[in-house]
Amino acid sequence: MAAGALSRDVEAGGLAAWVRARPLVVGAVAIAALLLTLVLGVGLGSVRVAPAETFAVILSRLFGIDIGVTVTPATEVIVWDLRLPRVLTAMLIGCGLAVAGATFQGLLRNPLADPYVLGTASGAAVGAAIAVLLPIQLVVIEFGLLHGLAFVGALASAWLVFRLGGTGGAGGLTRLLLTGYAIGSVLAAVLTMAMYVSGVELRQIFSFLLGGLGGSSWVRLVVAAPLIIGSAVLIMARGRSLDGMLLGDAAAGHLGIDVSRERGILLALASMATAAAVAISGLIGFVGLVVPHVVRLLVGPAAHRVLPISALAGAALLSAADLGARLVGDVPVGVVMALLGAPFFLFLLHRSRSGYEL
Amino acid sequence: MSAVASANAVVPSPAVIAARGLTLGYAGRMVIDAADLSVAEGERLALVGPNGAGKSSLLRAITGALAPRAGSVELLGEPVHDVPRKKLARTIAVVPEVADLPFAMPVAEVVALGRLPHEPPLTGLRPTDAAAVDAAIERIGISHLRRRDMRELSMGERQLVFIAVAVAQAAPILVLDEPTAHLDIRHQVDVMELLVDLNERDGTTVLAVLHDLALAAHFFPRVVVLAEGRIVGDGTPSETLGADRIRDVFRVDPALVRLPVGAA
Repeated sequence: MAAGALSRDVEAGGLAAWVRARPLVVGAVAIAALLLTLVLGVGLGSVRVAPAETFAVILSRLFGIDIGVTVTPATEVIVWDLRLPRVLTAMLIGCGLAVAGATFQGLLRNPLADPYVLGTASGAAVGAAIAVLLPIQLVVIEFGLLHGLAFVGALASAWLVFRLGGTGGAGGLTRLLLTGYAIGSVLAAVLTMAMYVSGVELRQIFSFLLGGLGGSSWVRLVVAAPLIIGSAVLIMARGRSLDGMLLGDAAAGHLGIDVSRERGILLALASMATAAAVAISGLIGFVGLVVPHVVRLLVGPAAHRVLPISALAGAALLSAADLGARLVGDVPVGVVMALLGAPFFLFLLHRSRSGYEL
Repeated sequence: MSAVASANAVVPSPAVIAARGLTLGYAGRMVIDAADLSVAEGERLALVGPNGAGKSSLLRAITGALAPRAGSVELLGEPVHDVPRKKLARTIAVVPEVADLPFAMPVAEVVALGRLPHEPPLTGLRPTDAAAVDAAIERIGISHLRRRDMRELSMGERQLVFIAVAVAQAAPILVLDEPTAHLDIRHQVDVMELLVDLNERDGTTVLAVLHDLALAAHFFPRVVVLAEGRIVGDGTPSETLGADRIRDVFRVDPALVRLPVGAA
């Protein structure tokens, strides 16, 4: 108690003061990074576009505001029809996967969880493989069978895993994770078989597995955005339940949280965001696993900070990685992200090993 | 029957917790057999008994975490299972088992989780909540730990943090399951004195499962002894923790357990 008096002076303001400052700085950096990747993502490429031109096109198309910068019609096509949808899709997917990853990690109390932990990835991949192998071409406003079946496959496997493994009780989380692993294994076997017999279509399945943003378009973006942003917002609204569940099911229950209901809702929302992301961009790894960890190292584990900052950081990271992938010459974006991001993550892990500093 | 028992209580007020004919079990196993227990407002009660006697199950039923097979538990006159979760959490604070956290988390934020039942949805921690958190940290005497990562603390320190969570919850009833299990003797006494203080100064009703009979006898005016799923003693320490009962219930030589009951 005597030593407490001294440390109280140092802290001056207690909980409220130190909780505030740092997340704001990290959030501001993430927003700046997001704007930077927007400008660079639209500006760089075989034809360079100045930031002023980028903003001129965006403002005039969206709000009809003329900021006095003349833009050639060719530049306008490059900005509006080619690059902007791709940059925004990268941001949307990065945001969705990072929020879903943070949610799964918190819910399952497992730092190794990622958006695909409930078998979503294998489910989506099997759906995509079936679509590729079926001798049917079906396109409804830019959405092919591949998008539809990948979306359905992802949701169906998440639903199945939750139904079989989400029974709660002692060791419930372990059972859920193991069920996800088992269902994922079955689906992976089906996928391997499908790839084995696919022949010339193999490349198409393989490119879905690698993930990529080459197929971005306004229509796909506009359809996926409400699903991903809506899920993310609804998850954020339940952030305090997520916080309470960090203490374990029993303690969370005593804090007034209906654990099984909240877990069901949050798993459904995170699976929805994941399925929508996977359907339009394939299986992009790394961002959903690593971004929430980096954010937690910087701002602590409270959901009202981790979720929004992960959303921003995930968006910035994936659009930056996609820009890199595009400039190098259409390397898969997941490859770029892992090659550059993993060493950075290792560096952060190494630095934080000595203790938790906030 | 239970009315007779609580006649020994310091403050004769209406029952805040009333279990009648309470029978509890898991799968094929019965752990509590037709127990009657009444706890009055402002009481300080220790629940003792050998391992497997059903103490924790009884606490789980009282806090609404375990549904009875037969009988009932009433909280302030209402069946505990009908009380909405948030209201229940504002009425009973439970010190949970010491759990491992999946991520690094500063102590102050863990304690802040105690304010969950009070926070309006979406707003998060309000200034009054932050003040309650600071006060709880101060009261438990863990100000020096507030920025430390919960996972780096010793079991004893973590136990103090979990007690602080329950104190921040500021509920009129405080339930603790072996709150001193991981503590050294100095901190055991600190926690006991804190419970006495919460009980006498704030009027908090305290119900604690304890293994240490000496602590129970010294700090609790009412001790309930549980053996093989039945309540076999309920009263002051000198009534309930006599030499014969210690020999019968705990199967140890009473000379090994020196209790302050002779003086009481």
